[in-house]
Parts: sequence; C-alpha cells; structure tokens
Amino acid sequence: MKKCLMAVLLLAAFPQFAALAATAIVVGSKVFTEGYVLGEIAAQRIESVSAVPVERKLGMGSTGILFEALNSGAIDLYADYTGTLSEAILKQPDLKSVADIQAALSKMNLVISAPLGFDDTYALAVKESFAEQHGLHTISDLTRIEGDIKAGFSYEFMDRKDGYARMAERYRLSLDPQRLSRMEHSLSFQAIDDGAVDLIDTYSTDAKIKKSKLRVLRDDRGFFPVYQAVWVARKAFVDAHPREWAALQELEGAISADAMIDMNSQADIQKLSYASIAAQFLGSEAPRSQSWQSNILRRTREHLWLVGMALLFSVLVGIPLGVTAARFHTAGQAILILSALIQTVPSLALLCFLIPLLGVGTKPALAALCLYSLLPVVLNTFTGVRTVEPQHLENARAFGLTRRQVFFRIVLPLASPTVLAGIKTATIVSIGTATLAALVGAGGYGAPIISGLSLNDVPTILTGAIPAAFMALIAYGLFEVLDFLLIPEGLRKLR
Amino acid sequence: MLKLQNVYKTFEDRTVLADINLSVPKGATHALIGSSGSGKTTLLRITLGLIPFDRGYVKINDQPLLSFTPVEWAARIGYVPQEGGLFPHIMGHHNVSLIAKMRGWRKSKIAERVEELRKLVGLEPSVLERFPHEMSGGQKQRVAIMRAAMMDPSVMLLDEPMAALDPLIRHSLQQELKDIFQRLGKTVLIVTHDLGEAVFLAERITLLHEGRIIQSGAYRDLLHHPADPYVTLFINAQRTLPDASAVP
Repeated sequence: MKKCLMAVLLLAAFPQFAALAATAIVVGSKVFTEGYVLGEIAAQRIESVSAVPVERKLGMGSTGILFEALNSGAIDLYADYTGTLSEAILKQPDLKSVADIQAALSKMNLVISAPLGFDDTYALAVKESFAEQHGLHTISDLTRIEGDIKAGFSYEFMDRKDGYARMAERYRLSLDPQRLSRMEHSLSFQAIDDGAVDLIDTYSTDAKIKKSKLRVLRDDRGFFPVYQAVWVARKAFVDAHPREWAALQELEGAISADAMIDMNSQADIQKLSYASIAAQFLGSEAPRSQSWQSNILRRTREHLWLVGMALLFSVLVGIPLGVTAARFHTAGQAILILSALIQTVPSLALLCFLIPLLGVGTKPALAALCLYSLLPVVLNTFTGVRTVEPQHLENARAFGLTRRQVFFRIVLPLASPTVLAGIKTATIVSIGTATLAALVGAGGYGAPIISGLSLNDVPTILTGAIPAAFMALIAYGLFEVLDFLLIPEGLRKLR
Repeated sequence: MLKLQNVYKTFEDRTVLADINLSVPKGATHALIGSSGSGKTTLLRITLGLIPFDRGYVKINDQPLLSFTPVEWAARIGYVPQEGGLFPHIMGHHNVSLIAKMRGWRKSKIAERVEELRKLVGLEPSVLERFPHEMSGGQKQRVAIMRAAMMDPSVMLLDEPMAALDPLIRHSLQQELKDIFQRLGKTVLIVTHDLGEAVFLAERITLLHEGRIIQSGAYRDLLHHPADPYVTLFINAQRTLPDASAVP
C-alpha cells in the first residue's frame, strides 16, 4: 500500500522532476531583428547573474510557434508585446493593462514581466516622396487615394484580428484587393524600395524606416493597440530560477524606443552581431563568436543529420508502404492519399502542429522532414512495383519461385530504377525543406537563411543557401553512383 | 508422361474448358493447337499449376498435380514462355541457373549442368554472358529452353515458341528445336496456333475449339478422317503459297 502511494506521488510529481532535471535555461525569440536582439539581451542578462547555462533558440518563428514552445516547456522565456498577447494568444482584445493580461496568463501557468520601456506597435508607412506627392500624414489621408495604392502587407498583419480587416473598417478604407499583396515582412522593405508597392505595414521601432526614407502615418483614430514589450516566461521557470527572473525584471523601463531603434539599426544596417549589440547595451563584453568555418561545419553537421535521418526513415518506411500499396488495392489507395495529404500541409503549419507533441528543436523538424520525404518514395515504389510486367511474375511462379523469392529476385530489382528515383527526389527536396528546421530551433543551413531574411541581408542568406545548394549537388552525384551500384546492369543498359 | 483427365474450368458462369482429355506418352512431342480464344492459354496455365480448375486431374507420371506444392510441381515441368520470357535484369547464365540457386545447388554442379545444356542447345559460351536485350530471338529461345531443362523436369511445356521470330530464323530453328527435343528425350507439349509448325514438330496434334477438344491424333488422321467440319476448315485456313507452275 505504501509502495503504491509512493509510486502515485512520484508520478504526480514527475513534471516537476522533469523541469528540475532540465539543466539549461532556454531563451527563444521571434524571427525578426528586434526579437533576436531582445532574446540575446535576455540570455546575456541571465548569464551575468547565474551559472546555469543558457541555450539560445532564437528566430524560431511567429507568435503561435513561440507560444506552443513555451507551453510544451521547450523554451523558458521570450520577449513579446502586450497587444500580441491579448489578441493572438488570449483572444481577449479588450485586455489592455499589464495587470489584466498577467491575470489571464497566470491561468495558463505563464508569467509576464513589467514593460521593458518601449512600444512596438503596428504602423503603416509610405515613402517620404510618395507622402509629399499625395499629402499623406495620417492613415485617414489614405482614403483619398485608396483605389490607386499598391499595398504589401505581412501575413501576420493580414490575418490577425487586430490587423488589416479591422483597421480598414475603422478607417472606412477600402484598398483595391487586386493591388494588395501579402508578403514576408522582411521583404516588404525591399518591395517598397523597388517601387513594387507604395504602402507597407511595419513596426514602429523598425530601423529600416529610417534607412528606406519612409514616413510613418499617424494612427489618428487610435486604432492600433499599445504593444509594450515584456518578457513572457513559464511559471515553472520563474519558480525554479527566482534570481534569474529578478535579473530580467530589473530591465523594467530600461529600453527606450530610441534605444531599441538604435539597436535594430545596428543589426539591420551596420550588420553588428546580436551578441555584441546586446553586450553593448548591457555594458558587458560580447561573448566570443565562433569562426565562420566552425559555424558552417556545425550547420553542415546539423543539416546532414536531419536529411540523413529523414532519408533513412523514408527508405525504411516508404518502401514497405509503397509495396503494400501496390499489393492491396484499398489499403493502397488509403496510403497514397494519406501521404499526398501530408505533402499538402504547408511546412510551417506542420511544424506548428508538431510542437505541442514533440516540443521544439530537432524532434519536430525531423518528424516533419520524415513525413515530407515519404510521398516520393511511397509513390515511386508503388509505381515501380505496379509497372513490373505481370508476365514476368507469372513466369517466376511457373518456375517455382516462392512469393518471397519473386519479390526479392524479380520485383524489387525490376522496380529499382523507379524506387531509387523516388529516394533521390526525397533527398533533394529534404535538403531544401530542412532549411525550415531552423524555425523550430533545429539549426542547420536554415539558421543563417532565416536570420538573413529577417535582416534583409543577402550575404547572410547566402552563407546558408550556397552550402545547401552544394549539398544538393553532392547528393545528386552520390545518387548517380548509387544508381550504378544498385540498378541491375541489364536494366541500366536498357535505359 | 503428361495426362489431363476430364478437366473442366469455368470463369464466373462461362465454361472455358470442358471435358479435356489429353495424354502425352513419355518422350513424345505433342502439339496443342487452336485459334485465339480457343482456351489453349487457360489449359497451359492449368497445366503449369498457376490457376485452379473445377474438375478432373492433371498428372505427371500418374501423380496428380493437387498432391504437390506449387514448388514441387514446378520442378516437374520445364516451362518456356512466349518469346523466351527471360528476366531482363540478369544475364543469360543467371536466367538459366536462377532456380537451381534457389534450390541450393552447389556452384560446381550448376556450372556443369549449364555447360551440358549449352552444348545441347548449341549456343556459344559468350551468349550466356549477355543480357536478354543483347540476344537475338533465336538465342533467347535457346537460353529459355536451357532454363526450362535445368532442373531436369519430366515434361517440357512451350508456349508459342516461334511466334516472334522472322520466317528465315523460324525455319532453321524449327529443325534445331526438333533435334533438341530428340536429344533431351523429354515429354514435350507445344502450344501453338500454327498448324505447319505443329505438324513439323509433333507426332500428334490436339485441336482445341471453344474450350473443347475437337480431335486428337496424327496429322494424317485430321486430314483424312476429320471428326468435325471445323477440323477441315482449320486445315484449309493455313494458306500455302502457289507453286511456280501457278505463277507465270
């Protein structure tokens, strides 16, 4: 009886055990410049008062992913904004004050800090020259030329409740839907610089406002909620690390809007590292950054691991599934439809689904890659097996080969060119898709690509994109060799 | 010897074979002939043990098919599919020795048997080092015969052995095939739609029409004592070329 009680208690306490056992403090961040900078400030601040190692999972994605990561315990804290928390997470846009938001979040076992000092609200911006030409000062002014404006708005702005739709309603603004495009936020500055769009949404602390000579239109009807920056943390982290949390709380009011714009522009325009910007702000020495060679080496290792495991999975699971699909009609259709359906789920959405199940890091990235690499292998195995001439199968049976022998001696070799082509497709696609793994903190070549994308910094993007392209080329070459080794000579000569 | 007794086969409600009785004595060559749709392919597949039949017996040396496993039955029949039916991904000698390998024959025994059969069918050694698509039609046919004979079966079954060959090769191979059968000394059943070939290769002929045997016997019997008008119709349908006196 006693033993039983002990076991129950131990089990009940297990989540806490698990939390205590997790050694490092994990800091996450959203995938835009300010997020990276704030994440780095949090990490260095904790490091300055604590011996607990800090793991940085910066540039993980948008609000949804960060929130899931926080919930699942994959990260301990990140920086977000009060408006975002009440709108996107609590779904209670009426909650404005920090105290109200804190009260609502505590039901989810989350804690927020006092505001860090600056507001980062949504804003609409146009080129100075465009503003002069049309006499634009406020958002209301846009209604005068609403039919002629080409707008480029971020996905988040278009989709949030407090985003475009409500704003348009409030201002009775009706932009021409034909001239309204959705784009990745970091690309919209490029678009407005090139004159591809006239109007973009931005954040009020964005350094590129100055660089691109934009005019922020005044929110004359007070539509946009106040977005005060705060730390958001798991309650378990705050309880387990009171000293570290206090150190973060001490940053209350410490970051002014000007300071934030400066730091953003140091990152975006002067291309300083986030680590050195944060260090400068905190008045400490920047942690030594690693050499680019060791960076590429580490990313190559991470990328190879992701692609390699996905490949192994697609071969070990995809080939049997393809064979099953070819043999049994109903099950076959189910398998083919299911693997095709998986392929249609956008990769970001799939990652989002997987985070509550698998947390953040390599696991969800690997799971997503495995699922994506399935279809080409399943489909090609199915096709390869189905296109083996039935006459050969009947002959083999007439000669007295067993089912197993027919499969391994006749079917598989005859289907091998098609099967291998499927594996080749899966590999090349995986090398590309694996770059998205960086969004959930799994590293790889995607890390510089995503960070470069948020900085609109082409050289940084290339440090990820070029090695990824090389890896794809090398993989292609290796498969040519593999074709030579695995496809029976008699079939190679036929092709 | 190969014996089919009272064999019936229906597909759904359609009778495809009825009351089939056929006996090929040991060492004899017999031709099963009929136009397409006559049921000869179904009969071939039944004899090979590939599809079940409704009634009757298929026997080799008086032992019925149903008393064997598929693998055991396959060892008693050497099968030469249409156009040889060689597996395209392996070389000639691998095609020949595939089954022996599966049955765990020693390498030396395999090599000995392959060599013996190669001489018997009169093939150059280099042909066995080729892939099927690198062989001529006649070479494929010979390799296929080697493969069928490899396990030393009691009965050889050939499906349209000459159908895909051009007339000149066909002519010379027919003679060689006859010699090969003689040398092998096996019970042979040839399935064909070509009466000329059947007459040339086989001592006795069975004519199949709409799933029934119309007549079985030597060509002479079919010609002079047709059991049915269809026999005469079938024989007359074989167009012969007019001779020199008829073509001015």
